[in-house]
Amino acid sequence: MKLPDKSTELHDVIAAIPNGATVLVGGFGVPGTPFTLLNELARQGQRDLVLVKNDANEAGMGIDHLIKNGQVRKLIVTHLGLNANAIAAMNSGDLEVEFCAQGILAERIRAGGAGLGAILTDIGIETELANGKQVVEMNGRAMLVEPALRADVALIHAAIADPFGNLAYAATARNFNPLMAMAAARVIVEAEALVPLGGLAPDAVETTGAFVDHVVEIKELSQEYGIVRR
Amino acid sequence: MSDARSRMVARAAQEIAPGMVVNLGIGLPTQVVNHLPADFPVCLHSENGLTGIGAMLPYDEADRNLIDAGGAYVSTIPGSAFFDSAVSFALVRSGRLDLTLLGAFEVARNGDLANWKIPGKFSPGAGGAIELAQKARRVVVMTTHCDRKGNPKLLDACTLPLTARGRVARIYTDMAVVDVTPNGFALRELATGVSVAELRAATGASITIPQSDIPTF
Repeated sequence: MKLPDKSTELHDVIAAIPNGATVLVGGFGVPGTPFTLLNELARQGQRDLVLVKNDANEAGMGIDHLIKNGQVRKLIVTHLGLNANAIAAMNSGDLEVEFCAQGILAERIRAGGAGLGAILTDIGIETELANGKQVVEMNGRAMLVEPALRADVALIHAAIADPFGNLAYAATARNFNPLMAMAAARVIVEAEALVPLGGLAPDAVETTGAFVDHVVEIKELSQEYGIVRR
Repeated sequence: MSDARSRMVARAAQEIAPGMVVNLGIGLPTQVVNHLPADFPVCLHSENGLTGIGAMLPYDEADRNLIDAGGAYVSTIPGSAFFDSAVSFALVRSGRLDLTLLGAFEVARNGDLANWKIPGKFSPGAGGAIELAQKARRVVVMTTHCDRKGNPKLLDACTLPLTARGRVARIYTDMAVVDVTPNGFALRELATGVSVAELRAATGASITIPQSDIPTF
């Protein structure tokens, strides 16, 4: 028996993303952001996207290209303070932004990836983050109902992948990637290194390829992946 | 940094007890590590998935995949660990985080904290601040006593959107160390050269002054 080969070409796999798609995007700051996949999405120009990401990157990087192109209808994030373009688009009303507490965003995605409907949490209760949310009582305590997040597409950055889509991550480039890699109908991975089957020891695999649909090897790391000198 | 502010940072560093798991907010709180001995036994946590934060690194020595939650390039130490964002906040919410030191726009006499949004002016999102403020076992604020315009930050009630209700235990400022008690603010220590009258004038709520000598820092 042999595990299937899901390695593919960048253009084709991004071309399968339709207008209006909800897209999970890995990364916390630069580490773990799938810049190669995002740049191809910016080049192809799909519109009306709903993006889910921890942050909005910085001006001129990552999802900022999509925001500047007007490809993003709505952004679900925890924080966008490092991207003045995103703040301006939000303040002018051109970009709808939904803020979510960081760990609750992670758990909503994890719930989506685990086939659950929602999570219950007291995080944000009695703050404006609770506005409009359903409240239930559980074990005598008031809890917010936070719906699971499951998307059409996930764009994932991995340090190492094999052709089946088994993944390993580097340092703080992990962040939302292993969670998002479980929570979309079409999971697309860019990897800095594509190794043959068996090149990742079973114990080293952090995301099983059973969750992954497509693997693209990054030909050359662009400048965006590098050190940001502020 | 002003002399009073650096003494505040040094004083706040004493909050960190051996063996703790600690999250330091961006800005002034991050600087308390400069006042701990190099071999001090503490586990520093970063929201983006790191326990065991090592020294900050200059750009030419940095690892592009290794930052702290504020985006600074950091290093690991022997025993450091990486994990995903769900695990990172599981640690915060489940009671494993002993202490967080956070900045503030406003703190109320009942321990309410506002530090993430100024409507119409500043609304970048709270990131992980709500979970840290709501779930750390002890929440300590480090802030200038007044804002840049000279308005008090310690108030009867917060005017800005809240980060968490009733969670602040203690406040370190450039003027004083103040505890939040069931009876409101209580002065514990004064910065060198600050009088009780000056402190009262700079505080937007009543504050209990000890009868005995007031220690200084």
